[in-house]
Amino acid sequence: MLIAATIAILVVMVMAITRGIVGPTFYDRILAVNMFGTKTVLLISLLGFVMGRPEFLDIAIVYALINFISVIGVLRYSDSSVFKLRKQQKK
Amino acid sequence: MDTLMDISSVLFLLTGSFLCISGGVGILRFPDFYTRLHAVGVTDTLATAMILIGLMLQNPDGLVIVKLVIVLLMTLFINPTASHALAQAAMNNDLMPVLDRKEDNKKVKSSNP
Repeated sequence: MLIAATIAILVVMVMAITRGIVGPTFYDRILAVNMFGTKTVLLISLLGFVMGRPEFLDIAIVYALINFISVIGVLRYSDSSVFKLRKQQKK
Repeated sequence: MDTLMDISSVLFLLTGSFLCISGGVGILRFPDFYTRLHAVGVTDTLATAMILIGLMLQNPDGLVIVKLVIVLLMTLFINPTASHALAQAAMNNDLMPVLDRKEDNKKVKSSNP
């Protein structure tokens, strides 16, 4: 059952990466990266249980923090001119 | 007691996997950024909670459960915050939602003469 859940999460990660590559707007890519990070946390904890080494959960905690900081850190600059420049180029 | 915990763990893991896959289909097939954000933001949080609770039922040890609860709490706080920040940034930069589509209008007009 653990292995089936791991495979499902891998499939979903492929879907998220597809949206990140295709994504028409900038925000779609950030959303895909956020989803990918959350699924990575789940994948790390599931793999720890599959291999019988639950110490992997420490890595999962650190990865969750890194994921949050990366998303908020990119969005911190959403007021800056880079985001607006992208919008003007699309028009 | 052991069988009961195994069965409930399998049920939780199955629900979490189903929610994960529905979120993946949502992010691929919805037409608009805001609908995609809705699909991902709703399913991600619940799927993470379900899978982590399923893992907690697999291994009732002291420290492992504490770590799983820490990961669960962090996800429950972090995921809605990130979704909210993302939606607000998109709204502030005038990313408009898709309200209507021309093909849909044509279909409605042709079906109601």
